[in-house]
Amino acid sequence: MSEVTVRKQKLRKNTVKMRLIIFGTLAVLLVVCSFFSAYLTPYDPYLQDLSIAKQAPSAQHLLGTDRYGRDMLSRVIAGSRASIFSTLLLVAIITALGTAVGVTCGWTGGWVDTVLMRISDVFLAFPGLVFALAVAGSLGGGLQNAIIALVAISWPKYARIARSQTLAQKETQWMKAVRLSGSGTGKIILKHILPNILGPILVTSMLDIGTMMMELAALSFLGLGAKPPIPEWGSMMSDTRSLMTTSPWITFSPGIAIFIAVMIFNLLGDTIRDYADPKSRR
Amino acid sequence: MKKYIGKRLLQLIPVLLGITFLSFAMMRLAGSDTVTEMYGDKGAVSQQIIDAKRAELGLDRPFLVQYGSWLKGLLTGNMGVSYVSGKNVFQTFVSKLPATLLLTALSIVATVVISIPLGILAAVKHDRFTDYFLRVFSFVGNSLPNFFVALLLMQLFSIRWKLLPVISKGTTVQSAVLPTLTLAIAMSAKYMRQVRATVLEELNKDYVLGAKARGVRGSVTLWKSVLKSSMLTIVTLLALSIGSLLGGTAIIESIFMWDGVGKLAVDSITMRDYPMIQAYVVWMAIIYVMVNLITDILYHVLDPRIRLGVQEG
Repeated sequence: MSEVTVRKQKLRKNTVKMRLIIFGTLAVLLVVCSFFSAYLTPYDPYLQDLSIAKQAPSAQHLLGTDRYGRDMLSRVIAGSRASIFSTLLLVAIITALGTAVGVTCGWTGGWVDTVLMRISDVFLAFPGLVFALAVAGSLGGGLQNAIIALVAISWPKYARIARSQTLAQKETQWMKAVRLSGSGTGKIILKHILPNILGPILVTSMLDIGTMMMELAALSFLGLGAKPPIPEWGSMMSDTRSLMTTSPWITFSPGIAIFIAVMIFNLLGDTIRDYADPKSRR
Repeated sequence: MKKYIGKRLLQLIPVLLGITFLSFAMMRLAGSDTVTEMYGDKGAVSQQIIDAKRAELGLDRPFLVQYGSWLKGLLTGNMGVSYVSGKNVFQTFVSKLPATLLLTALSIVATVVISIPLGILAAVKHDRFTDYFLRVFSFVGNSLPNFFVALLLMQLFSIRWKLLPVISKGTTVQSAVLPTLTLAIAMSAKYMRQVRATVLEELNKDYVLGAKARGVRGSVTLWKSVLKSSMLTIVTLLALSIGSLLGGTAIIESIFMWDGVGKLAVDSITMRDYPMIQAYVVWMAIIYVMVNLITDILYHVLDPRIRLGVQEG
């Protein structure tokens, strides 16, 4: 390896580190803001005042007001709680569930593996949101059911990654040493397998946060997620669609909020992938 | 090759059974059936009448028996009647399917036209301004939810510039433009990245360097060798992204009032029309599985490396 290549690689690594710090900070900031959103809203997001309904953005109301005179900025900030928090919860559930299934399959093998993997095949056979629509539809609306619907369609991907990683770990030399030293199954999985396979799984979940946020918002947009008057970005947009002609800021402010949040998490996910696996960067 | 196709068709059976079972079980979990829907809001109907109706429709039989007869109905195109309109579910679904397939086909064409040339361009101009610009473009497209894109396009083209109708008036060219564009934007953003990565990988292979050393012009290598060998992956990736398109049409169709199966599904969900939802889920999954199977088989037929591997094995 020539000195120039080494130098180039070092430089690239530094940029990736820099990006990681910037986007990581932004993402943490977003999550913290959404956690304390109740204290950050300039006005009460539920307070109606019809005398100032449908006002265009101004100094008092930076994003204008909606048809009941509620301050849009406050509603967008308050909406971050439902949108961002539910997404993070969703991704956490999928990751945990998928990993549990995958490790079980990879470690036990045999008929357990076959049955669980065939089940995951069936779930993977449904195209995109179609199955989520049906689950949310059969359970009825509500944020909780939207999360269940998305968990149902997303766990197989994680189960597959976890399974293949577990299988790879199982075959290593040191795993044989661990087993010879007399560790029990539980200890092996928790102390030796999980720490070694968690990297690729967590990278995948970081990359998925943006997509999940959009899909959750899509379900809410269709009326299958959070229900008004709870502010949630997707449902706020579909709620106010009829006002798009006269007061577009009401419809588009939550949309821009989704866009910004998704973009920050996508940038962070890409950066984490580059950091974890420098080869994938081109 | 025949052996491979046979094997894939056999593998299909458990998946199809799983799909149908899951769709059936899910609607049962919803805790509502034809009889509850019929008498639910009519106040006091005696338990006897309800039980009699249940027995008449066969709803008192064991779960698996009911699944069996439902499966038989699925194969013969008899999937019951809609709770809302009272019309035959399967016929309604089939009558709306062409509109969705048309929209899907148009979006795929638009995606190919937008993303393949741009993806190749980005790969060729790797790490230069054009590449960065296109990557930002694809990144933004990837971070925009498609319903937001739909509303933005509607605001610009229909409300501000008044060029196109706000909601579709039947399946005309004018009403197809915006839904097609919306779906194509979301898909192109993702697909362009894949095209770029595929072409770039091919460009980094040693034979490209060899050709360059022998004085072959870059454009000749690109058109004659690189694109030829990347095309197979590119086409496969396109076929695989049809799944997200099939799911994505539901929301776009209902925004633009495009009269296809996606809108039908969303409307049915709102009205709790379970037989209709069931038909939608099952048939979309079957279509998707079939598309994937055909893609896989074509991939095997077209790629000599894989084809030979199968014959040896």
